[in-house]
Amino acid sequence: MSIEWYIVLSSLLFAVGAIGILIRRSPVVILLCLELMLNAGNLALVAFSRMVGNEQGQVFALVVMVVAACEVVVGLGLIVAIFRRKLPLDVDELRELRG
Amino acid sequence: MEAVLFFGAALGALGGAIGVVAMRNPLYSVLALIVHLFALAVLFLLLSSAFVAAAQLVVYAGAVMVLYVFVVAYVGGGEESAWESIPGQQFLAPLLGVALFVELAIAVLASSLLALGTDGPHVSSGFGNPAAIGYLLLEKFLIPFEASSMLLMLAAVGAIVLAGRRPTGAASAGTPREREPAEAAPVGPTGDPA
Repeated sequence: MSIEWYIVLSSLLFAVGAIGILIRRSPVVILLCLELMLNAGNLALVAFSRMVGNEQGQVFALVVMVVAACEVVVGLGLIVAIFRRKLPLDVDELRELRG
Repeated sequence: MEAVLFFGAALGALGGAIGVVAMRNPLYSVLALIVHLFALAVLFLLLSSAFVAAAQLVVYAGAVMVLYVFVVAYVGGGEESAWESIPGQQFLAPLLGVALFVELAIAVLASSLLALGTDGPHVSSGFGNPAAIGYLLLEKFLIPFEASSMLLMLAAVGAIVLAGRRPTGAASAGTPREREPAEAAPVGPTGDPA
């Protein structure tokens, strides 16, 4: 398969993740859609690394995985903290910080 | 054979992604994401990057998804209200997503990268194996590697600070903090591949 296919698939997955972030309101699902977008980026990085014939892009993808794991840990920590305070788990109602 | 595997994995990845967005119950969204991650690992293997595929399975399907399942089970999957803060959001958002995809596809197709249309150069069988990645991580990218381990530790501390049961007064100050190990434990496995 040519590299183009992988890149087009990656942009498709990225778009699906973006749609999810725009239409869903549960913070957990929004975090899941963020994962989708990060994974689409990872797929593009690995595909480009294969295109160049060099493993450095894969190291980049691993660092993205670490960042995604950190984002999950902090995001889920926030969700648990919100839940403990008996606040609604809905991003449209959690609008105190909005200008 | 490669094309069959590619299209199978691509369908799995796409179906998983659409499932994450479309499922009403967050628990089903998490399960759809697991399907998506497995399909992505197959794609990584097709791109001859075995270590990234293994890390994908261990970090995501093994650790991150367990964390998600725990949190969804703890918080409970409530139905989302039909109320829209922006009128027409449910129709506008897919439109914007399709526009984003068209934009990205134009960028890919109009790119002057000639190698995009090829299968990539011929690589040895050791391409992307743990030895090669480990060599790069510890020789060429040592500082990013150490920085990412620092980041993981900071995230673990941040999760404990955010989600840990804090004493709300003098009365509860002496209660055992049984919640903290449960929050901190899943953080450990995510740090392994770093």
